Amino acid sequence: MSRALLEVEDLHVWFDLPNRRELHAVQGVSLSVDAGARIGLVGESGCGKTTTILALMGLLPPTASVCGRVFLEGEDILASGERTVAPHRWKDIAMVFQGAMNAFNPVRRIGDQIAEPMELHGTADGADATARVRELLDVVGIAPARAKSFPHELSGGMRQRAAIAMALATSPKVLLADEPTTALDVMVQAQILELLTGLSRELGLALVFVTHDLPVVAQTCTEAAVMYAGKIVEKGPTDTLYHAPRHPYTRLLFGATPDLESRDEVVSIPGVPPRLDAPITGCPFRPRCDSAFAPCESLAPELVSVGDGHAASCHLTAVVSQTIGAP
Amino acid sequence: MSGANGTALLEVENLEVRYPVPRGLSGAVLRQPHSFVHAVSGVSFTVRRGEMVALVGESGCGKTTTAHAILRLVEPDAGAVLFDGIDVTTLPHRELRRLRRRMQIIYQDPYESLDPRFRVEATVAEPLTVHRIGTRHERHNAVERALEQVGLSPPGLFSERFPHELSGGQRQRVAIAASLVLEPDLLVADEPVSMLDVSVRAGILAILDELRDRGLAVLMITHDLSTAARFADRICVMYLGRIVEEGPALEVIGNPQHPYTKALLSVVPRRDPRQRVTAQILRGETPNPIVIPSGCRFHPRCPIAIDECLISDPDLRGPAGASSAPHRAACLLAGR
Repeated sequence: MSRALLEVEDLHVWFDLPNRRELHAVQGVSLSVDAGARIGLVGESGCGKTTTILALMGLLPPTASVCGRVFLEGEDILASGERTVAPHRWKDIAMVFQGAMNAFNPVRRIGDQIAEPMELHGTADGADATARVRELLDVVGIAPARAKSFPHELSGGMRQRAAIAMALATSPKVLLADEPTTALDVMVQAQILELLTGLSRELGLALVFVTHDLPVVAQTCTEAAVMYAGKIVEKGPTDTLYHAPRHPYTRLLFGATPDLESRDEVVSIPGVPPRLDAPITGCPFRPRCDSAFAPCESLAPELVSVGDGHAASCHLTAVVSQTIGAP
Repeated sequence: MSGANGTALLEVENLEVRYPVPRGLSGAVLRQPHSFVHAVSGVSFTVRRGEMVALVGESGCGKTTTAHAILRLVEPDAGAVLFDGIDVTTLPHRELRRLRRRMQIIYQDPYESLDPRFRVEATVAEPLTVHRIGTRHERHNAVERALEQVGLSPPGLFSERFPHELSGGQRQRVAIAASLVLEPDLLVADEPVSMLDVSVRAGILAILDELRDRGLAVLMITHDLSTAARFADRICVMYLGRIVEEGPALEVIGNPQHPYTKALLSVVPRRDPRQRVTAQILRGETPNPIVIPSGCRFHPRCPIAIDECLISDPDLRGPAGASSAPHRAACLLAGR
């Protein structure tokens, strides 16, 4: 069986809480990301999006326990924890953190900071590294002479570009981006999204976007996975998710998002996501769902395929597909 | 949309606000001339009762400064702010304080704007206490009414809670309730939903929508054009301290006249993946407001600028040059 570039299988993350309690932040996430793919991971705050991608980088704090398999080009990088993930971190799989543009060391020049991952992984140093930094700045649309600038001398949009340049320093195959445009203005957001899309098209970079902004995913990503309470509740091509959602949560999320040209009523989703520090019986979305029926209360739905790369975890979906599938 | 028929409650005329830039020690010794950040330079618009006006634009365009100057939280340098016919900018403090009961503001971040040591009841009652309104019993009733109005019902369930016991959406509802207890005529909402989860944003906006329908004038400051398009009656687009286009929301979105508005609209991501718009991405960033470009302030980034734009600074005008038209743009080429 040929594997995708990055394959996540049944990933679970628990955080230790005081009094021997645990928070089950990620509950069996599976994802497969091909080269050049752009996948959006969407959902409300606290649904486990960021935790999922931090787990892929082996960057969770010591209070976290991780289980599952993460195959990068066929190799399970979580097999022996830090020992197997460290050689790949930044080198093959890199990340643009949330608020990365504000995370630069204020007293070091931008160029030196971008060179850091190269020195760490020994891919370049000295004059080579300097040359590579200039090349990277050019790729992300910053004048190479800016390598000598300090972070405060760059605008927010430029610092975000610099953060992307830093993540690209060792030519990774997978780039994880956590809310890469959230704090930016719409025009700067467009510039950054254009840059990221271009990188995936031209360099075959696989992109995983974590965001709560559905329109950004709709316009930038090829596929999306909707997360709720630590699980992927629906995934598929972005076009299918918008035009033929099979999970009520996906439908309600789109319905809660205003659109420039639509006069449809924008409706918020009542209630709040469940707490993840206690087991959940039945479907985690049931209390907020507008279509819940009897089985939802006691039985947790599984993520089942409903057609071309499209899967949803909803009892209604199962009912529908059974009816259609019956001979 | 009850907007067009209401009477003007707030009239802003040629408002200007500038902030001095510190010269530093060497600058002071060398007696360099003072320079200023021209945050707002000549902004005029009106908000009627029962109308929601959205002030949209990128960070640093002067939206928030405009709002603060209207409430006189910053002192304007020129222009007038007429609230129900009274000029706020020249009002002595004692009278300003009385007038402020009628104009309230809610802020972007409900995690920061509520005092973590105040219970909901105390937070919502505080404006009444400050303005010494009502007896304890009357205040309690007013708080309950305000909480009901923002959908925190039954009020008894929420009034004893602390902010950390509330979700983000509930906190913003408390902030709105605190601004409503004084029964204001004008509500200024500065990015009221940008810190909240998508799932709860619509609920907060629906509250503002309902208040508008009940006759409140709402001025919403936002960078989110989709929200403005869906909820506002009229939209004013700001660029570098000026309004460059204003008009009925649907008109501005559907038939933009200013090249800046056109570019902004082209980069707003649409919900529907099939709906592709050719993004017209403006290069560079908004120029710094210390040195405003000559002529039309948008000309250095404008895709259609002509020689005349470097010299002449266009006023807001209707497509055919009629200055009273409801849809106006500050562009020499608009309607040409």
